[in-house]
Amino acid sequence: MKTTNAYLSKTVNELKPSGIRRFFDLASGMEGVISLGVGEPDFVTPWTVREAAILSLEQGYTSYTANAGLLELRQEIAAYMAREFQVAYQPDSEIIVTVGASQAIDIAFRSILDPGDEVIVVEPCFVSYSPLVSLAGGTPVHVQAETEQEFKISPKKLESAITSKTKAIMICSPNNPTGTMLNKEELQKIAEIAERYDLLVISDEIYAELVYDEVYTSMAAINGMKERTILISGFSKGFAMTGWRLGFVCAPKEITAAMLKVHQYGIMCAPIMAQYAGLEAMRNGQDEVEEMRKSYRRRRNYMVSSLNELGLSCHSPGGAFYVFPSIQTTGLTSDQFAEQLLMEEKVAVVPGSVFGESGEGYIRCSYATSIEQLQEAIKRIRRFLEKQTS
Amino acid sequence: MQLTEKELEIVEILEKDSRTSTEDLAAMTGLAVNETEELLHRLEDLKIIVRYTSVVDWSKISGHEGVTAMIDVKVTPKRGVGFDEIAKRIYRYKEVKSVYLMSGAYDLSVTIEGRSMNEVARFVSNKLSTLDSVISTTTHFILKKYKHDGTIFEPEEEDKRIVVSP
Repeated sequence: MKTTNAYLSKTVNELKPSGIRRFFDLASGMEGVISLGVGEPDFVTPWTVREAAILSLEQGYTSYTANAGLLELRQEIAAYMAREFQVAYQPDSEIIVTVGASQAIDIAFRSILDPGDEVIVVEPCFVSYSPLVSLAGGTPVHVQAETEQEFKISPKKLESAITSKTKAIMICSPNNPTGTMLNKEELQKIAEIAERYDLLVISDEIYAELVYDEVYTSMAAINGMKERTILISGFSKGFAMTGWRLGFVCAPKEITAAMLKVHQYGIMCAPIMAQYAGLEAMRNGQDEVEEMRKSYRRRRNYMVSSLNELGLSCHSPGGAFYVFPSIQTTGLTSDQFAEQLLMEEKVAVVPGSVFGESGEGYIRCSYATSIEQLQEAIKRIRRFLEKQTS
Repeated sequence: MQLTEKELEIVEILEKDSRTSTEDLAAMTGLAVNETEELLHRLEDLKIIVRYTSVVDWSKISGHEGVTAMIDVKVTPKRGVGFDEIAKRIYRYKEVKSVYLMSGAYDLSVTIEGRSMNEVARFVSNKLSTLDSVISTTTHFILKKYKHDGTIFEPEEEDKRIVVSP
């Protein structure tokens, strides 16, 4: 017999484990840690949503659903997307309900990529884009966001990364980890490039509900872009439903049909109780989303002002629930900073380098934590920084 | 009265936590500290912020548990002053914690706090029901407070999230 490792797929073998794992292991065993390292809301799913799921169980809805998800839910998603983001999708042919937005990203890549195809991934970004491109047989090509311009995307840089093999551009706005939101003009510039080079855009819009300053624009709402956009979204962030694993993908019907094949063979369908919960969230969850949004905005303001005061400069991000301050003045790498901060002051943050090379010199602080915890975290970070300089 | 967005924001924050410092209020709303101070004074002067208070769970304090009763009061309104006069006669008693004019089967909803059921009963029979315009009273004693003023009295649910996640 070969060594067990020899059985492993080369592609999987070459994937690096997520850098977040190490911090998780470090922080998990510790007592009294204040975590700014969490990529999910601190709110529990609204009660009306939880109650709807309980009711669905009581009524015996425990079966499979259509592969694409309950038609009722897809209709509700279509209405919601039209109402909130001015994009029109057909519930029966252009929407698939998925197991979280993560699965939506996975089936998107697997439906469009052949070996050798390149996907431009703008980083810093969510940790799974590039591995999922690789697993789908494609090649991720990284383009760095503009660190000096609030981590926006430079159209020039984007364009220079395009080759004859490029098939798609992966973007995420509001962004994890930077919180940066691209406005309509900025999206238009990316759209122009996509059109000029005949590329698809995979637009991760999972944080679309959580924007604080400007009106949100969906990539699919840009003139001419619906036909070349695969729009990824879900319930996890806006509706505080991470554990339900419920997302969806909207795309032109040919792409949707292809994704549905991957989805039906790989997953069958999203869990029915989560789908009933999602139905309630879209019908009656808006007020709670608005409450959460307000609360995040206050905390964002507090964090931006406090971190800047401490000398960890950061821009005021337009969305999501992350701030991405620079720690370069400390002379530490982001990994060292995060580790020492955790060991000395028990504050968990995520080193920016985890999200791509351009994240080096930054840390991701999630403010999806109570204001009292944030205040205590700021106090501890201040103490940590004072020790650095003395 | 119309409030600005920032004023509304401040009112909402303070309603949840009246101890939020002016500095934190300023940081959370993106205002300067002196602007925030001015705004607070304005809201206080206008009696929009009426009082800064705490929600106390008296049931935890031995010897001070007390009893609360909600009393449905039917009254005869008076020509010219409607329910206002009788409401005033009732709310002036210090035992009375709240008085609301209600739609529906009765007129005034009165909340009374006392040290014992006896004390509340005495107040109802001696003071409240003997008032001229009062036709009838129905007293409901509160057995347990689960949620009060938007606050759940059970210990807060702990954070169930994993400490670091992408």
